Amino acid sequence: MSATTQVRPKLYESQKLALWYFAVAIALFGLQLTFGLIAAYQQLNPNFLFELAPFMTNRTLHVNTLVVWLLVGLVGGVYWFLPQETGREVVGIKAAKIIWWVIVAGVLVLAGIYLFVQYGPGEMSTLWLYMEGREYLEAPRWVDLALVLWVAIFLFNVIATTLASRRVTGLLLVLIFDLVALGALYSAGMHYNINVTMDQFLWWWVVHLWVEATWEVLVGVLMAWSLMYLLGTPRKVVETWLFLEVALVFGTGILGLGHHYFWIGTPEYWLGLGGFFSALEPLPLVAMVVHALYDAGGHRLLAVNKPAVFWLVAQAFGNFIGAGVWGFMQTLPQINMYSHGTQLAAAHGHLAFFGAYLSTVLMLTYVVVQQARPVLSVPLDSRWWKWAAGLMIFGIVGITGAFTISGFTQTLIERAEGGSTWAAFIRAYTHPWYANTLGWRYFFGWIMIIGYLILVYDLLTIGKHAVATVKATAVATAGGGDD
Amino acid sequence: MQIHWLEVTIAAIAIAVVLTRVLSKGAGWLSWRFWRGAMIASSITMTTILFVLSFFTVQEARPGSGRIPPWTVINHEIGLKWDAERQWQVPVVGEETGFFGQVYSPEEAEALVNKGKITFQARNCMECHTLLGNGAYYAPDLTRAWLDPWWETRIKPMVGAESREEAMMKWLMNPPQYPQGTRRMPNLNLTEEEARALVAFLKWMAAIDTNGFPPHYSLTYEQR
Repeated sequence: MSATTQVRPKLYESQKLALWYFAVAIALFGLQLTFGLIAAYQQLNPNFLFELAPFMTNRTLHVNTLVVWLLVGLVGGVYWFLPQETGREVVGIKAAKIIWWVIVAGVLVLAGIYLFVQYGPGEMSTLWLYMEGREYLEAPRWVDLALVLWVAIFLFNVIATTLASRRVTGLLLVLIFDLVALGALYSAGMHYNINVTMDQFLWWWVVHLWVEATWEVLVGVLMAWSLMYLLGTPRKVVETWLFLEVALVFGTGILGLGHHYFWIGTPEYWLGLGGFFSALEPLPLVAMVVHALYDAGGHRLLAVNKPAVFWLVAQAFGNFIGAGVWGFMQTLPQINMYSHGTQLAAAHGHLAFFGAYLSTVLMLTYVVVQQARPVLSVPLDSRWWKWAAGLMIFGIVGITGAFTISGFTQTLIERAEGGSTWAAFIRAYTHPWYANTLGWRYFFGWIMIIGYLILVYDLLTIGKHAVATVKATAVATAGGGDD
Repeated sequence: MQIHWLEVTIAAIAIAVVLTRVLSKGAGWLSWRFWRGAMIASSITMTTILFVLSFFTVQEARPGSGRIPPWTVINHEIGLKWDAERQWQVPVVGEETGFFGQVYSPEEAEALVNKGKITFQARNCMECHTLLGNGAYYAPDLTRAWLDPWWETRIKPMVGAESREEAMMKWLMNPPQYPQGTRRMPNLNLTEEEARALVAFLKWMAAIDTNGFPPHYSLTYEQR
């Protein structure tokens, strides 16, 4: 396909809003990498910033910026595609804009609290104002309430726009049910519970059922829209695949939640249930790979947007390997009893988030960037996106490898041999098989950072050449001039 | 109520399959309609089963239910013993020895553990430590921290304490002063009240029946 240029169709208001979503998402991604790199360096040199911003502070910011930028990217994707799907402006767009800037302001305040306040006294007021202290859900209660309001307005936008368009497609139906579940599940995480077993029981309703169920389905919807846009896959095919994926994701992931209930004080039947259903969790991810390859292959990769198609296929593989294979590796209780709570979980977490969600959001970002310019460049392509993608994938594979090796070492030395005491923990992280991986992790962190910087450069420049060409042509046609 | 995982699994799959057939009204398995039915069927079936199982789990996860200790467990000696049938360690509660030289009433014990739990969250402990194996993997797992032999052998003489609870309290109030290993814990400015409550929370947690996690806690090969 030779490169051509087309004048871009007018953007809807909600698509203009989506541009802000993606800009903020990519900026937060940079912060996430920075705090991750500092945390990685602190493992090598525990005295670095020990007084000012210890590991716990950087790690809080690392995981919170992760959750926020990915969620912002996914929601931005919906704001982008929703008017195209319904053929009209999003209903309630004013409220959507207002809550967006409230959320941005809230995120900035929260980042300030994490960095400079860090923790509070052992009173309930701390949980409301500064720190809830539950991994991934560290945000204080006022942030929870703001998030619920955000999701509620978003849900209203989707439902009202769908109703106004008088055409409920299968994709919209799945999206609406998924968003209802996503909002409802978050509220399960907004309770204080003195009993740590019940606390973690409900905590996983948010963390697992978000990441391994409702987010996966949201990604499925966005992938479906993207496939239709990028490869011209027929709606019926895309919808059927999406239904299959939802059937499998919910069919395996909901009771797969049981793999978090092996060791927290909950009854023994969760060992069998969690083991069985979570072992099946890779199935929908296999379906996703088949899906992406089938659709891409069927059209001989003749795409309108090369980086987006690349990240779409990377998503399918990354999700399968990161979430599927690395998850399965440690999900049966017979191994999980030893590997639980080790660096192996971090290995899985890093590759799964990269594969399933980072790839999706970057795919969406390239879709949006293509249409953000006044003139469309078709197919969208550049030299730099390949470098960015290559370096970031190389980086995450290296980081995951390093975590996997230290995870195996910890499983063996701390858990299996040492009996999981304080002394055994120290023996594990000072063992060369563990200690040597820390340098690799840090090195690959830098590779990620370089990949990220190239990504930002590429996002700012890709497709601009087409704009320049068209402008030059316009100027030439007008007989030249000084302007 | 006795629940067996295999029965639940078979029932879940059977219900989902039958419901799919009903909802898709006999459509072939390669059709749009079949998979729409499958999606609705599996979502409803699995969500319903999760709610039912959660109801039973909540009953068994109450303090004093057997798996989860009552708050007053902090007044007692706590240990682990090998369960030959399940082939893992289970917590055992021994005689009443008091906590910081005092026997706490059920209300006082609950208030103390509660204070400890809030302090645990307010100081963001989970961002370095794991508890019940969940957290940030930078610092030791705290599930059985109360039972760690280091308090007796190493920390007690180091901080000059009379009892294990006092040793833990003193250490927690200024960890960088007594570094262990190459990674240090920051001074989180715990008050004496907060540190005492935190130790109570850790002691209570050490008596939860965790299906044997972490395995062979503090046992050398010879002791197994």
